[in-house]
Amino acid sequence: MSKSLFVALTVLSFAVTGQVSAAREQIDIVGSSTVYPFSTVVAERFGKTTGYKTPKIESTGTGGGMKLFCKGIGVEHPDISNASRRIKSSEYADCQKNGVKEIVEVLIGYDGIVIANSKNAKAVELTLKDIFLALAKQVPNPDGSETVVDNPYKTWNQLNPALPKVKIEVLGPPPTSGTRDAFDELAVEGGCKTFDWLKAMEKTNSSEYKRICHTLREDNTYIEAGENDNLIVQKLVANPNAFGVFGFSFLDQNRDKVQGSLINGSAPTFENISSGEYVVSRPLYFYVKKAHINSVPGIKEFLDEFTSAKAMGEEGYLVDRGLIPLSAEEYKVTRENAQQLKSLKM
Amino acid sequence: MSSHQTEVLSTAERVNRSLKRRYAAERRFRFYGLASILVALVFLVILLGSIFFTAIPAFQKSYIGLNVTFDAETLGIENIEASNAFLTADYDAVIKAALRQRFPDVSSRSEKRTLYSTISVGGTYQLADMLQAQPELLNTTQFVWLTADDEIDGYFKGKIDISAPESERRIKDNQIAWLESLKANGEVKKGFNWTFLTAGDSREPELAGIRSALTGSFLTLLITLLLSFPLGVAAAIYLEEFAPKNRWTDLIEVNINNLAAVPSIVFGLLGLAVFINFFGLPRSAPIVGGLVLTLMTLPTVIIASRASIQSVPPSIREAALGVGASAMQTVLHHVLPLALPGMLTGTIIGMARALGETAPLLMIGMVAFIVETPQGIFDPSTALPVQIYLWTDSPERAFSELTAAAIIVLLLFLVSMNLLAVLLRRKFERRW
Repeated sequence: MSKSLFVALTVLSFAVTGQVSAAREQIDIVGSSTVYPFSTVVAERFGKTTGYKTPKIESTGTGGGMKLFCKGIGVEHPDISNASRRIKSSEYADCQKNGVKEIVEVLIGYDGIVIANSKNAKAVELTLKDIFLALAKQVPNPDGSETVVDNPYKTWNQLNPALPKVKIEVLGPPPTSGTRDAFDELAVEGGCKTFDWLKAMEKTNSSEYKRICHTLREDNTYIEAGENDNLIVQKLVANPNAFGVFGFSFLDQNRDKVQGSLINGSAPTFENISSGEYVVSRPLYFYVKKAHINSVPGIKEFLDEFTSAKAMGEEGYLVDRGLIPLSAEEYKVTRENAQQLKSLKM
Repeated sequence: MSSHQTEVLSTAERVNRSLKRRYAAERRFRFYGLASILVALVFLVILLGSIFFTAIPAFQKSYIGLNVTFDAETLGIENIEASNAFLTADYDAVIKAALRQRFPDVSSRSEKRTLYSTISVGGTYQLADMLQAQPELLNTTQFVWLTADDEIDGYFKGKIDISAPESERRIKDNQIAWLESLKANGEVKKGFNWTFLTAGDSREPELAGIRSALTGSFLTLLITLLLSFPLGVAAAIYLEEFAPKNRWTDLIEVNINNLAAVPSIVFGLLGLAVFINFFGLPRSAPIVGGLVLTLMTLPTVIIASRASIQSVPPSIREAALGVGASAMQTVLHHVLPLALPGMLTGTIIGMARALGETAPLLMIGMVAFIVETPQGIFDPSTALPVQIYLWTDSPERAFSELTAAAIIVLLLFLVSMNLLAVLLRRKFERRW
């Protein structure tokens, strides 16, 4: 019976497929959940102030978005993919293979990742090395030899006497999140590299290097708190001993509740992230399928709105939402690329 | 020794002796039951209470009154005849001018920036709508109530702790001075937040509404109902009344029961593979959502329908057959009407579950930012639980109130569906 139900459904969906119109009037955007809050703001204004329909934006994560984006040309595939990192060469190759030949790359700005704790606790000053020692599953042997041991540190002061004597407890995003990718790469791996012999290992034994530098503890010191950054902020307020890892915009919105820790001596402020002094920051991009520009209305105008000074300029509305704007030179390049629809070469 | 003693006791004495213990056991048993109900009630009250109290502010919205001059030059309108002259005009500049006029003392650049943030970006849309509806307002000055920014709204609702040091507050001292002066002049009003019910999603909490999500949920459920009810009932009738009892029907029965317990995300994956990738149906459309949720609810509907067919007394069938009705007539004229209330209840419970699902919708692209209300089953749309999920993940504080308000709407939707189930059952139910 379940088989005949299936057949019935199949017939029905065939019947409805016939009615799907071939054209699409709405821009279809997929990709990173970090770019989502910025992309949606632009989309909304674009929809309200032009005659075009408001683009549809799905938050699929950078990798998931790229997969959908590179699947092919045609209205059933998305037009734009948001990314919280640069497109990988493997993804680019995938795109090429599926006929998505020409892609316009748009760098929109930067995002900082902060390690914050409750305002009720003292602010701390961390180094990348501290972060690595506190959170990596295996750390260099404390006796100084060039071997790794299972992470023995229970409290912060054990790994750095300047830090408070409280239990290491860090709430952060799960591995599916782009924030986590960036945190692993910039903070944990960055701290890993401060050990010369580990850094040397990157060339000689890269798989072992990756394993040591990218694997976080699983003994309830790094707690995966889900993708919801608001929830992490709430938990930090409830537990002043815990630290949380999330995007800069959430720190910005919750300055009365949480404070960002200094990393390598620089505080997570707007200026420091923008100047690159605050090291745990990453670029945000979006990619446009050039072949769709003539078949889906409004893509060019959307690009124009997104890259306008009013949106991503130094005093643009995206900056009010926590986007760290590009420097003047970078902005010029981005704006030019977007207007001339310069194809990405890799 | 003791065993020797009990043997001498008569049955009546033994019963009498154990009586006290048995009564006590019964009292304890009743108490446990009562206690568990009480605990459940307390949790329910806490849950609903906290949602309700968080949601209250979301139903109100602050407006700020300004004397806005629709100056053609400020608006940048050169040619009134141009079709999009009013659409693309610079309403932002008009609002900024009005604010500068209201607070002439504000001069520094950063202060001006803060001042401009008082009015929501929705203000410009409001003015655009106004001018498009009444082009004669051009070059006149009007007193307009404009939507306040979400943080300003939060201040008027008492959400901002003024005692906190200025650096930690989202509202600064100079802003408080402006807002208080507006308030003293009666240029601030609060009204019911109609936007919440009439607008689609927005990234500005003061402009966000649930209309598109509600419509999406409605369309999705409509498709689910139209497909799962007839299919489920037909399947149940066939299995109960006509199917031969053999290994195949047993296998199907086991499969239906198993399908009812499959996690909903699996149906989402199936929907993605079959409806979107194979049949090429559009992503994020209620049609796909409805099909996926149909797959999910079908087993529930079939199981409930079979149970209610089974509860129809065999004497009814025998009597019908006895007076010469055919098997089909027996089913359609006698069994089905009697089993219908149970079937409807089962269907509505299945639909209520479908209403609350987000996991399968995630896979088929319904978790998306969609502003426009879907006009049909092929337009992109989201659903209520998805909207709630998306709002909880937004950094702006005011979204937490909206989330709670949307939960209340979802609960009302659910309660009304359940109420319908109860009413239908009352109307059609027959007891023997």
